[in-house]
Amino acid sequence: MRKSLLAMAVGLLLAGGVGAASAADKLKVGFVYLGPIGDLGWTYQHDQGRQALVKELGDKIETTYLENVPEGPDSERAIEQLVRAGNKLIFTTSFGYMDPTLKVAKKYPNVHFEHATGYKRNPNMSTYSAKWYQGRYIQGLIAAKMSKSGVLGYIGSFPIPEVVSGINATILAAQTINPNIKVKIIWANTWFDPGKEADAAKALIDQGADVIMQHTDSPAPMQIASERGKLAFGQDSEMIKFGPKTQLTSILDTWGPYYIERVKAELAGTWKSEDTWGGLDSHMFAMAPYTNMPDDVKKMAEDAQAAITAGKLHPFKCPIVGQDGKPIECKGGDHLDDGQILGMNFYVKGIDDKLPGK
Amino acid sequence: MALVEAIILAVLAASTPLLIAATGELVAERSGVLNLGVEGMMIVGAACGFAGAWLTGSIFIGALFGIVAGMLMSLVFALMTLGLAVNQVATGLALTILGIGLSGLIGAGFVGERITPAAHLAIPVLTDIPLIGRVLFGEDGFVYFSIALIVGVWWFLYRTRAGLILRACGDNHVSAHALGYPVLRIRTFAVMFGGACAGLAGAYLPLAYTPFFIPGMTAGRGWIALALVVFSSWRPGRLVVGAYLFGAVTILQLHAQGWGVGIPSQFMSALPYLATVIVLVLISRARTGGSTAPAALGTVFVPDR
Repeated sequence: MRKSLLAMAVGLLLAGGVGAASAADKLKVGFVYLGPIGDLGWTYQHDQGRQALVKELGDKIETTYLENVPEGPDSERAIEQLVRAGNKLIFTTSFGYMDPTLKVAKKYPNVHFEHATGYKRNPNMSTYSAKWYQGRYIQGLIAAKMSKSGVLGYIGSFPIPEVVSGINATILAAQTINPNIKVKIIWANTWFDPGKEADAAKALIDQGADVIMQHTDSPAPMQIASERGKLAFGQDSEMIKFGPKTQLTSILDTWGPYYIERVKAELAGTWKSEDTWGGLDSHMFAMAPYTNMPDDVKKMAEDAQAAITAGKLHPFKCPIVGQDGKPIECKGGDHLDDGQILGMNFYVKGIDDKLPGK
Repeated sequence: MALVEAIILAVLAASTPLLIAATGELVAERSGVLNLGVEGMMIVGAACGFAGAWLTGSIFIGALFGIVAGMLMSLVFALMTLGLAVNQVATGLALTILGIGLSGLIGAGFVGERITPAAHLAIPVLTDIPLIGRVLFGEDGFVYFSIALIVGVWWFLYRTRAGLILRACGDNHVSAHALGYPVLRIRTFAVMFGGACAGLAGAYLPLAYTPFFIPGMTAGRGWIALALVVFSSWRPGRLVVGAYLFGAVTILQLHAQGWGVGIPSQFMSALPYLATVIVLVLISRARTGGSTAPAALGTVFVPDR
C-alpha cells in the first residue's frame, strides 16, 4: 500500500514539475533532469548549458525542463509528457533514462531525442557524453603527488562503466607516481544524498584516506574533507566555495556549446542521429583551476592536460593489466578502444577490491 | 580504538534526524492521525532552519525557525484532515509534495552558502576520555536533545494522565469523545508536535550534518522515519532501537565497503532496511499482545453535536 502511494506521489511530483510553455512557431526544446537544478553538481551544470542555449538562441526557441525525475521506468512518463507538450528536441540527461528514452523515441519517430551518457541509439535518438576519464587521469596524478598516507578515498555512485573507467583512469595515473598507491572505494548507490555522501567521506577518512574523490553529485564530501583538513576533488562543477583550502581541481561539465550546436542543427533541419563523445579537445568539459598544490604538481597537471588535449597521452595506454594479472586485450592499437572504455566492467591491477556484481 | 569512536560518532549523527522525526510522528499516530507528510515538513524545516541560521548567525535560532516551519506545515495538515475531515493519506502525500516545492523556493537564495555547523560540547577532561569521551560528552545539542525528547515522550505517553487520554483518542475516538475529551483539539496538538519534530529533524541536516542547503537534501529520510514508527509498533523504546540500528548498519556498511569485504555494494545499501525490519519484526513477534497499532489510526472523526 505504502509503495503504491509512493509511486503515486512520484507521479504527482512529475505532473507538478512541468513548466509552462507555449508560443506558436518557436522550436520547443525539452530537458529531463535527474536532480534539482540547485544541486550545484550534475543537474546544475546541465541547466547552465540550457541557459547558455537560451541566451544564444532565445528568440528562436523555447525551453522546458523537468527536474527531480527518478531514473527507470517512471521517467518514461516524464519524457512522453514533454513530447505531448510539443517539444521537438528532447535532452534526457542521465544514464538511467536510456531505455525509457529509446522506448519513447520509437513511439514518436518525428521527435528528436538526445540521451546523455548512454549507448543505445535510434534514427531519431543521439547520444552524447564526455571523456571524463581524461580528467580523472589528471586527478589521479595530482592525488598520488599530494597524498601523504598513500591511500586515496573514492566515493562511487553506481558501478556503471562511466564510473568504473573513472576509477581505473585515476589509479593508472596514480601508479605512475607511486606504484604502491592504494584506493578505497565506497559505493553510495545514489547520485545525490548529501548525508550519505558525507558519511562515506567520513568513513574513508577514518580509514586513512587523505585525498577524497567523488563520483556523486553533492558538495558534502568536499565539505567533510575540508572540516577534517584533508584534500579533495570537486565533481561536475566548481566546488571551491565548500573547501577553499581543500579543492585541488574539479572536472567541470560544460554542456552549453554542445546544446547550442545541436539545436542549431535542428533549426536548420540537418539534425541526424549521432554519437558524440567529446574529450578535453572538444570543450565538452574543462578542468577547474589547479589550487592548493605546489607549483611543480600544478605544472605536472597542466602538462598532462596539454598532452591529453593534443592526443599525445592516452589514459588507457597499453599494456593494461587486469586484477587477475592478465593483460587486457588492446583493441585500439596502442590504447584501449572507445568500446572497451564505454563498456568497462573490470578493475585494473592495484585495486584491492571486488567490482560489485562481478 | 580511534576508528571505533569515529564510527560511533558517525552513527549518532546519522541516526539523530531519523529519531527526532520518528518521535514526533509516533505521538501524532498515537493520537490517531496518520501524517504521511513527514518528508515534506522535514525539507521545509531544513530550508527555513538554514535560512534562520544564515540570517542571524545563530544555530539555535535556525533550529527554532525549523521547528516553527514544521509546525506551520503540520497546521495546514491539521486544518485539512481534522478541521475539514479530508482523507489523511491523500493530504499527507500532498503535504510532502508541497513541502518539496516550497523548500526549493525558500532555499533558492541560500544554495551555495555556508554556515558554521552546530558547536560540539567540550568539557575539559571528560571529553578527552578515550573511546567514550567524545561519544558521551562531545556531541552537538541536537543529539542530546533527541534523547531527552524520546525519554520525555515515553514518560508522557505511559506515566501521565494526558498521555493516557492522547492514546485513548488514538484507540477509540468515539469513546474518548463520549467521555468529554476534546478529541480534535488533542489531535491538533499531537499533529503540531509531530510537525515541530519533523521541522527540527530537517533543520538538523543543514545545521549540523552537512552545513549547507541543497534542495532535496532530506533524500527520503522522512519516509524512513515513517517506516520506523510502524516497525517499532508505536513503542518509543523500540523506536530508539530501530533508529540507531538503521544508522549503525548504514555507517557500518560504508566502512565494510572501504575495507573491501567483497560483498556487492547493492546488497550492502539494502542492508540497513533489511536489518531494521527483521530485528523490529522479531522483537514484535517475541512478545504477545496482538496488533499494537492505534485502533483509530488514519480514520476521520467528526464529532456529532
